[in-house]
Amino acid sequence: MTDTVLSHPGNHEPDRFTTDNLGWLPWLPPLAEEELTQRHRDGLADPSRAKSPYFMLLAHDPEVLGARTRVDRDIFYNTQGGLPRADRELAATAVSRVNGCIFCASVHSRFAARHSRRETDVQALLDHGPTVPLGERWGAIVRSATALTATPPALAPENVDDLNREGLTAEEQVDLVLASAFFHWANRLMLSLGEPTAAGA
Amino acid sequence: MTDLITRLSGLSVGSPEDRAFANRAEARRQSEDSYLLLLHPADSGPVSLVERRAVAAFVAVLHQQPETAAHYRALLEGTDSVLAPTVLRLAESARGPGPWGRYPSGPLSHEDQPGAPFRLTREQRDAIGLRLAAALEHAHLLTLHPRDASRDALQALLDAGWTTPGIVTLSQLVAFLAFQIRVVAGLTVLQAARSAVPA
Repeated sequence: MTDTVLSHPGNHEPDRFTTDNLGWLPWLPPLAEEELTQRHRDGLADPSRAKSPYFMLLAHDPEVLGARTRVDRDIFYNTQGGLPRADRELAATAVSRVNGCIFCASVHSRFAARHSRRETDVQALLDHGPTVPLGERWGAIVRSATALTATPPALAPENVDDLNREGLTAEEQVDLVLASAFFHWANRLMLSLGEPTAAGA
Repeated sequence: MTDLITRLSGLSVGSPEDRAFANRAEARRQSEDSYLLLLHPADSGPVSLVERRAVAAFVAVLHQQPETAAHYRALLEGTDSVLAPTVLRLAESARGPGPWGRYPSGPLSHEDQPGAPFRLTREQRDAIGLRLAAALEHAHLLTLHPRDASRDALQALLDAGWTTPGIVTLSQLVAFLAFQIRVVAGLTVLQAARSAVPA
């Protein structure tokens, strides 16, 4: 197999943040379904991911994909204690907004809106970025997520004071750090290995 | 054996942050597994051990977090003591604030923060080799201005001898470090802030 960069000349990349269903087109050849061995299936974790060009591309390193997936699931779907799902998804949306990952922001803004029922606030975050007023609690969460997004990371004691004032427990604050940090991993893969498409997922 | 995130963030056993992280046992374990798979692989496959550790040291220095940078610097020095000073000097010359870059042309263009990509000189390329040079340039893009990512950036890696599986592993390495370094930074600040405040 010759390695070449894939192009998608007919694709019009979305030029703004949206809660619409977007698709994703790879810039490098994903594995084909018939190439999958048990090692790849273990890495994919979920058989339906064999339909996803993103996961089939990451399946070129199946062990790392598997570990990444299990980190992701525990941080976002383990609801034993800790931060409410809506707030974890809010952090994921804020980080994706700041890093500039239109695809990631579309997925996680939908989750944030669904879990919080605050569609207007979520849309405002997408439209205007992380400094838009979102109320005290969400403001504190978004400021912390945004501070951690800077390089070098800039989460400061004042951010923790804000979180304490809003009543976030240590457990919730750790979840916030994990959810925010995870999107640095996700954003960089999504942004650099392919492009979003309005054609739908 | 304590995981690297816990060690680098100096979490005290039984502190509220340590207990909270323990409640995310799978995330903690699999973060450590990711670290081991990427930096201590049983089979290094399409990305050599030296390349992995050189890129990691470069990325860690870009993040300017002393404990993490010291860890990855030592890991590289222990693997290739001749290459290490060159890579670390390059990293120091490449540091700067992030994230920046351009959005797709349209309503977000007024938020663009354009900048120059990091490029090695011909002498620097000759000193560390084309493959590693291309990897460091790409690592800088992913770390500091990821929204400038492009097909051309991947083509540059292919032109320097990288394959698709190698680029996937390289991308996972740089992206994972952006995660791991921020978990360490975040837990460190949370623990310090709590111990500074009377309960």
